[in-house]
Amino acid sequence: MTLLLEDRAASRPDGAAFDPMAVRRQFPIFGRNPGLTFLDTAASAQKPRAVIDGMAEFYRTDYANVHRGVYGLSARSTARFEAARETVARFLNATDASEIVFVRGATEGINLVAQSWGPAFLRPGDQVVVSELEHHSNIVPWQMLRQRLGIELVVAPIGADGALDLVAFQGLLGPRTRLVAMTHLANVTGHVVAVEAVVRLAHAHGALVLLDGCQAVPRLPVDVRALDCDFYVFSGHKCYGPTGIGVLYAKRALLDAMPPWQGGGDMIRTVSFAETTYQDAPQRFEAGTPDIAGAIGLALALDFMDGLGRAAIRDHEAALTRYAEALLTEIPGVGLVAAGGSRLGALSFLVDGIHPHDLATIFDQHDVAVRAGHHCAQPLMDRLDLPATARASFGVYSTEADVERLAEAIRAAQKLFGVAAR
Amino acid sequence: MDLRDLYQDIILDHGRSPRNFRALAAPSHFAHGHNPLCGDKVTIFLRLEGDRIVEVSFEGKGCAISTASASLMTEVVLNKTLAEAEALFGHFHGTVTGGGGDLPDALAEEGERLQPLTGVKAYPTRVKCATLAWHTLEAAVKGGGLPVPVKTE
Ligand SMILES: Cc1ncc(COP(=O)(O)O)c(C=O)c1O
Repeated sequence: MTLLLEDRAASRPDGAAFDPMAVRRQFPIFGRNPGLTFLDTAASAQKPRAVIDGMAEFYRTDYANVHRGVYGLSARSTARFEAARETVARFLNATDASEIVFVRGATEGINLVAQSWGPAFLRPGDQVVVSELEHHSNIVPWQMLRQRLGIELVVAPIGADGALDLVAFQGLLGPRTRLVAMTHLANVTGHVVAVEAVVRLAHAHGALVLLDGCQAVPRLPVDVRALDCDFYVFSGHKCYGPTGIGVLYAKRALLDAMPPWQGGGDMIRTVSFAETTYQDAPQRFEAGTPDIAGAIGLALALDFMDGLGRAAIRDHEAALTRYAEALLTEIPGVGLVAAGGSRLGALSFLVDGIHPHDLATIFDQHDVAVRAGHHCAQPLMDRLDLPATARASFGVYSTEADVERLAEAIRAAQKLFGVAAR
Repeated sequence: MDLRDLYQDIILDHGRSPRNFRALAAPSHFAHGHNPLCGDKVTIFLRLEGDRIVEVSFEGKGCAISTASASLMTEVVLNKTLAEAEALFGHFHGTVTGGGGDLPDALAEEGERLQPLTGVKAYPTRVKCATLAWHTLEAAVKGGGLPVPVKTE
């Protein structure tokens, strides 16, 4: 298959810096939209040919429902689906594939923990700690649980530098802290949270830790065993996989102790009207026909990232981030939203005298796609006292030329608005 | 598409230095408008005498389009009856959403003043920015001062 050869051409298993132009050629979207400067990967990543074609190929050759038929095709489909689970486990360095629950995305993963683990282990007055950096999906499920169980939601602040304030965080931990639910990489600012310290401090207080890896998985090598986190969630569509699939990793002992959260087929062992017994994890948490092709597409995406080398991806993202910081701060009137000195892969910026929404419209005329708004993090925007920001974010296919076109578009916007242009 | 059709000088001017940008000391009506999609916020203040708008102002934070739209709106609805303000909104709304909407001859001049804003019709994602102030004005009139949810397109 030429497809595989092409994949190899761009990959450097030794982890050396790769050639983003060669990587870019593996993403058909750029061929079909030649002028496009896509700087919104943090919202969702584009898909490589290996994923697009691989999923279609699966439908053509191996597709049937899983865990059901005794016929060969169903067995093949089941094998592919369970192999995808193995791939995810390897990718995260989980102890075992049974620690990987397929969900629709990070949002569903967090809701699963809130609705299954929450009522089973939390009592009124118990505390869940989140940070000011969180996406709504790591706030609202805990507020719903607060409503339902009478728990408390405690918010760990960021400092003036935009970093999670570890001293303040430590001060919030106490005998009632049961869970710390925190982002690994902040989607608005690009701040990489010191999650190793977060886990260490939380565990020292007997609290569990859930990490939201939506933005970290596409950009950083993630090893859940080294992190020693208890739960880890991420979405497939942000790491070059399809929409509709995501992952909840949880330590096996936790999954074993958690009750099912949705009932239906696949998650049961025996059903009678008098009594039903449930499957072991992870099947117990996967009621109904799963997103089979989605799981296979996700595995293809993770293999794709491994092929490029995850350290190489991180270095590429870091180099582009440094380049963007340098190029943007060189423009008079442009300010970056602070990211605690550890920005990776995403940056929020403001331009004096031009609202982010106007920026995004002007950029669009230059075929530069960035996100403007609150980025599903309204509490953080309130904390920063900003109604909105413009955010540029990078992927494996992003190039220095993309950053240069962004800088040009900023200058064009300043010219149009008659502010601070050079 | 030329960006200059959207960002005409008059829009940039009103966006930078909005008119009637203050709170009223004693409004008879007011409402808060919020576009949750982009975070734009506007508060419209009105003082009615009978059914005539004798004072109108606004405060808020928003993009050039929503600020200019609110600013121009306060200029054109001042000293108009509620029925006239409604006719202007109907016309403006129709124009930017592609529906049309006729305007009585007596309001032709005001309709003309809103013309520079109609460039948004080529930018569907920005139409809400231009109509937020109008929806909020409508909510202020209907709500009589109570907080009302503002519907946008
Ligand atoms: C940090 C973070 N957490 C959670 C989410 C939610 O992901 P999804 O919508 O795929 O469930 C996002 C997506 O924007 C995110 O950036």
